[in-house]
This record gives sequence, C-alpha cells and structure tokens, in this order.
Amino acid sequence: MRRSMLFLPGNNPNMLINGNCFGADAVIFDLEDAVSPQEKDAARILVRNTMRYMDFNGCEMIVRINSIDTDYWKKDLDSLLPEKPAIILLPKTCTPEDVLLADEYMTQVEGKCGIEKGTVGLMPLIETALGVENSYRIASCSNRVKALFLGAEDLTADLQCKRTKEGREIEYARTRLVVAARAAGVDVYDTPFTDVNDDAGIVEDAKTAKELGFTGKASISPRHVETINAVFSPTQAEIDYAYEVMGAITLAKQMGKGAISLHGKMIDAPIVARAERTISMAEALGLDRRDINE
Amino acid sequence: MNIKKCASAGTMESSDVYVEIKPCDDGIKIELESVVEKQFGEQIKKAVTDVLDETGIENADVRIVDRGALECVIRARVETAVLRGREEI
Amino acid sequence: MNKLVNSIREAIVLSGLKDGMTVSFHHHLRNGDYVLNMVMEEISNLGIKDLTVNASSLFDVHTPLITHIENNVVTGVGADYISANLGRAFSKGILARPIEFRTHGGRPSDIASGKTPIDVAFIAAPTADAMGNCSGKYGKSACGSLGYAYADAMFAKKTVVITDNLVPYPMQDWSISEDYIDYVVSVDAIGDPKGIVSGTTRITRDPVGLVMASHAAKVIEASGLLKDGFSFQTGAGGASLAAAKFLKDIMLQKGIVGSFGLGGITGYMVDMLKAGCFRNLMDVQCFDLTAVESIKSDPRHKEISAMQYASPNSKSAAVDSLDVVILGATEIDTDFNVNVHTDSNGYIMGGSGGHSDTAAGSKLSMIIAPMFRARLPIVTDRVTCISTPGKDIDVLVTQGGIAVNPKNKELKERLLKAKLPIIDISELKEKTEQITGKPQTLPKGDKVVAEVIGREGDVLDRIYNVL
Repeated sequence: MRRSMLFLPGNNPNMLINGNCFGADAVIFDLEDAVSPQEKDAARILVRNTMRYMDFNGCEMIVRINSIDTDYWKKDLDSLLPEKPAIILLPKTCTPEDVLLADEYMTQVEGKCGIEKGTVGLMPLIETALGVENSYRIASCSNRVKALFLGAEDLTADLQCKRTKEGREIEYARTRLVVAARAAGVDVYDTPFTDVNDDAGIVEDAKTAKELGFTGKASISPRHVETINAVFSPTQAEIDYAYEVMGAITLAKQMGKGAISLHGKMIDAPIVARAERTISMAEALGLDRRDINE
Repeated sequence: MNIKKCASAGTMESSDVYVEIKPCDDGIKIELESVVEKQFGEQIKKAVTDVLDETGIENADVRIVDRGALECVIRARVETAVLRGREEI
Repeated sequence: MNKLVNSIREAIVLSGLKDGMTVSFHHHLRNGDYVLNMVMEEISNLGIKDLTVNASSLFDVHTPLITHIENNVVTGVGADYISANLGRAFSKGILARPIEFRTHGGRPSDIASGKTPIDVAFIAAPTADAMGNCSGKYGKSACGSLGYAYADAMFAKKTVVITDNLVPYPMQDWSISEDYIDYVVSVDAIGDPKGIVSGTTRITRDPVGLVMASHAAKVIEASGLLKDGFSFQTGAGGASLAAAKFLKDIMLQKGIVGSFGLGGITGYMVDMLKAGCFRNLMDVQCFDLTAVESIKSDPRHKEISAMQYASPNSKSAAVDSLDVVILGATEIDTDFNVNVHTDSNGYIMGGSGGHSDTAAGSKLSMIIAPMFRARLPIVTDRVTCISTPGKDIDVLVTQGGIAVNPKNKELKERLLKAKLPIIDISELKEKTEQITGKPQTLPKGDKVVAEVIGREGDVLDRIYNVL
C-alpha cells in the first residue's frame, strides 16, 4: 500500500538518514533532478549505503535513476539494484521501448547479482506529451511495470503551458493516466504539489487526485506526507459502509439469495470489490470499524 | 592500487563529512577533525581504514573533516573520494 | 530626598559595597546587556575584592567577568543559566568555589528566605524616574517584563536602578516601585537593542523538527488536558515553537479557549492570545519585539515576578497551575533525568532556567528532542548532569517515537489509544545507537566546577571540570 511517496535528495545525508521518520509509505531516493552532474557518483554510493545500513522498516524503498538518454542510468542500476529496492522509477519514459530497454538491463543486473528475475519493479515516470499518449502501451508492455507516475513539471514544459496550482493544464494527463493504468491493471500516482508553504493547497490537490482515481501521491516535502496519507486513507464512513456491505453479502448467502440491497441500493460486484479493498486497506492501517456501542 | 590524484568528496554541512585524499608513498595517513572526536574518533578512523582496505588502497594521505556524519555516510564519502582519486588525470 | 546620583561609581560607593559581599543582576537584556560589565568594571576600579555575583543568567556578552575572576574581584558565582562560551571558561575550573546553579524559582526563593542574601542589587531599567519607579516596557532598550528583578529589588539591602531613559516623576505604568529603590543612575545606554530581543522568533523549517512538533501537538491533544481553561508554556526553540503552532491550529479547530500562556513569552504565544487560544499571558521575560509590544499595549498580557512564576516557597506560583510545558534537553537518560546544563563533552552551556520549576509544577511535562544530534544519541544510560529529575518528566517526544515515563500509566494508555508511536525509552536508546553507534563515555575531571541546586534546595548533581 502506497498512499504517499516522499522524494529524498540523493546526496543529502541529513534527509536520507531521517527519511524513515516522516510517515511516508514509500521513499524515493532521487539520483536524477536532485543531484548535480558532478555529484552523481557520490549520490549513488551514499544512497547505496543508506539502503544497506539504515533501517527503513515499514517504509518501501524506491530509487529514481537517471533517464535512459544519459550516461548515468546503467551505473545507477549497477550500484542500486543489488540493494533490492521495491521499484525503480524511470524518468522521461516516452515509449514501451524505453521500458523494455530498462527492463532488459535490469534483468541482466539481477542475473549478475543472483537476484531472481523480476524482483525489482518498474514505475515509468510519464512527463512528456509522447509519454501521455503512449501511456496504456507503456503500462502494459512488461510485467515489471507496477504503476504509472505522473510528472507534471516537465510535462507542462513539454506542453508549452504554465504549471498552475489549480492544475487545469494537467487535467487531461491525469485522467488519461488513471484510465491507462487501470486498463493495464496497475497502480497510478499523482505528481507532487510543489508549494511547501501552502497548507490548504496540498489538501485540495490531494483530494482532486483521489477523486480522479489515483492510488496515491508523491511529495517533495515531508510536510505534505501527513496530509496525503489522510486524504488517501479510507474515511470512517467508508470503512463502516464497507463492513455493512460485507455483512449484507454474508446474510444474503446464508439466506440463499443471489442479490441483496442495502439502504435501498442493489449491491453488485463492483460495490463488493470496493468494500473488500476498503477493508483490506483499513486493516493494513489498523483502522477499526466504529464501535456501535460508542 | 593507489591514489593517482588529489580528490575530495562530501561537504561541511551538518551530518555530512568532507574527505580529501592525496597520493603518497609511505602507507596510510589519516588526519581527523570531528565535532564528536572524543566520542567517535576511533570508530571514524576504523571506518576510514576499512574502506581503504576494501578498495585496496595501500598508500594515501587522507584528511577528514567530520560534522557528525553517521558511519554509512563516512564510508560513502571515503569511497567516493577513492573512486575520484583513482581516475586518470 | 535625592536618589539620583551622577555615576555608577558613586552609587557603588554610597551603597557601602565592601570586600566579600554579594551583588546581583537580572538578565532581561540578555546578550545585549551592558550593565553587568559597566558595574563590575567600576567595582574593579574601586579595588573591591572577593565578591559573589548572583545573576539570574549570564551570557557571552559578560565574558569580561572572567578577568574579574582572575583578578579575585569575583570569587563566587550563582546563576540559573550560563551560555556556552562563558560556560566553557567556567568548565576549565577558573573559580575556586563551585558555581551555584539554581532554578528561576529557586533563586528568588533563596533570596527571599535569606539563604542567599544580596548586599547590592543592580537593576537594568529601560525606563525609570528619579525616585526609582521603573519598567522594562518603554524606552530605546525596552525588554518588556522585568520579572526576574523583583526579588532582587525587594530583598537586597541596597538597590541601584540604572537606566538610559530617565523620565519625569512619577513615570506611568511602572513595574518595580520606588519604595524598594535606594539610588538611580542615568547612563547613555544600558544595552544593545539588537542583543536584547530578537526581531522575530521563527518556527523551525527543519523537517525533523516539524515531525517532532507534530507529534508533540498530538500528545497534548490526546492527553486529556486540552480543554477550555487549558494552560501552556513552551520554550523559544524552533521545534517547541512549531509545536505551539500546531497546537494553535488544533485549539482553533476545536474552539478551545485556554486560561493562560506562561513563561518567557514569544510572538507565537502573543499570536495565540490574539487568536483567542488563551485569556491571558503571564510573562516573566519577553523574547522578541512582538512580545514587548504586546505586554505594553494589551492588558491581558501581564508581567509577573519570578516569585509568582515559579518560586517553591511562594504562597502559590503560576507553575503550579500549569497544565502542559514543552521543554528541551541536551541529554535524557533511561530514568528520564534531563540534562540542560552541559553539552555532551561536559562543558557548561546552559542551565535550568525554568526547566525544573515548570516540570515539577505542570501536569504534563514534555521533552522534545531529536534522537541524535551530530551523531550523539539523546538518550543515555545516565545524563552527564541531572538538571531536572526524572520523576518530574512525563514524556519524551522524538522523531523516532514517543517514550512515556512508566510512572504516568494513564498518559501511556491515552497515547496508545490515539495510535501515537509509543516506544519504551530503553528501546529508543537501542534503536538510536543502532543508527549512531555507541559513543565512548568521557572521563570526568576531579574538580567540582558547579553544583546544581534543585528548586527545593537539594543538590541534584555536580558538574566536574573537563579534562
């Protein structure tokens, strides 16, 4: 379960060593934009040691490597794949061929260090117009692809429009990515909200993403993690309703009825599937159903 | 294997360490300056020596300015400095 | 009757100060203070020796004191707080007698009871009239409250007011009144405004500090104490202020109206007052310009003396009505003893101030500190110096978990119910040492350089010279 994914600059020891205390479901060690070209070597080694020696218990580790049009990405994978990150975030993914190229090299490295093939997942970062247009093919071209990730800053530059807080300029890309990812059966993550000091703005932006169907949202600021987690967690009303649905289904089975209604609404398969997802997420988060006696 | 040129890695920011490495002929020399020298001086020197061993460096002049870096950070910075110092000029 | 004299020197002579006596100072001008140095310079010029300096706090600006110690002008020092550079010198053992550290409540208590009598008190007054009515609220060197100076003025055998803003008698809105004052001296400047108060105190931007602050606010919310009538004190440290900001958000959201904010007051507490989080502020010392402006203009913002603030022997003190206090620590041990006197090398760099007074008086005393600073773990087996005994500390908040003192079972239950990340303090120590490595313990010197005297008069601990 990933509601929040926090970017940690790959060459900043203070952020890296504290990366697991901000409450993020996953951290993204960033070797790309957060690291200057002359420090790529240093960041690679620093992130490798952080992954090797620090305890990120309960916090999933993701690495953003450099894009495949640079000289760095293979070295990034050579250094960091042996540490078995859950996922490699692949920036500037434009085509399925980009994914397959990375996939193939990851398979090679996995083979070299005796890791089972396919252990490490891939998350294409869609941040070009071409990437958006190819998003379904990208999401479905390899079993390694676990999710899509929308990067709005580079995308709006490519679209030749201004990035705004309201985000009208990325509406199409957002809905397109959600549809593509869901069609391919993978998760989908929303772009970070970049104004660190706008406490109301992050709430609105995260709510928008959740309403559109995103699985979770990335963040460049530890301050946003708590908000993102709250927005992407099921509400008490959702949890209670999910238990009601499951209760009704059980009852229907006992009574040998094929269909049943709850609060005047027919309970069909999608509603049950949603209820099951809500309950499994609530259980993972340690959230209980409301005590009826309270 | 030996250090071919002067190289450095890391920064003077808190929780980081600045490492300078120079070629020399007569073994390993370590000069340490640390805000936690009394509490961690020996452990820091051992970490530096370990990385030099692991990377097969037999002769080097190393200067460490430590701002309270954790061992995994110190090891990373020393390794980076070695890597950079080995490159051909 | 004429109390106005021409110079500090004349006031000293008239006061009858002699070898072996005690002089006192208060610290509202903080690191901008000129008065202590001016007075000690004249005392030294007069050839008086073997004095005890009883100061509510000493700052780095007071470094000339070291020369007076070397020349035997000063042979004893008492203070509630000594800042780092000066503390380093004391830690080398320049004084023959140990420094006597007291608390902000213990100091006025001992002055009032006669345990530490003062022969001549020097009051740095940003505004005064010729009869000695004086205040910190007005004038170019305004510092706000004069809280720590009351006991000195009331109980010293002689009291000298030193001001750089002499106004016609009677001044309006005085704090300390003429009936306690013997002499008044007018000087060009009593301090440097830049060092007296900060322009603005800011909340931290450090992400780790913000995580701790967010935990801290949630602990308070879950403690059962956050309801109408709630009272609160917090320090001026970045994470403590951030906690106050998060707390303010919770109070406003829930519509809770507290009774009072206490202590050294910052602009953040003033914001909380203005936003309706408290009915009153009780102010023993102002930390920034916003606080000074507020105490001057807002009748809900009241100046209090150190005796009313924290004295254990007052008929009552505000700390005894305090619900929650947020405090700092350089070290805390597995018995919850806290060190705020020395750094991890053993050098003096602080003092109790109101730490142990508020910890003892409040219903919930919270320490907020990172798991480690510059690789040094915050939790140790035994603190280098016990500043506040563990029995008075309820909870430690770090970024890596919240440790509740086992004596406070109810709090632990409440925090668990609120799903906060509770951790046993020994486990927290282990967890931290796994990250940092185990530091070598440092050998102590064999000379006692300071005694830490608890608010009830007991010696809590001794500080040794640094080798």
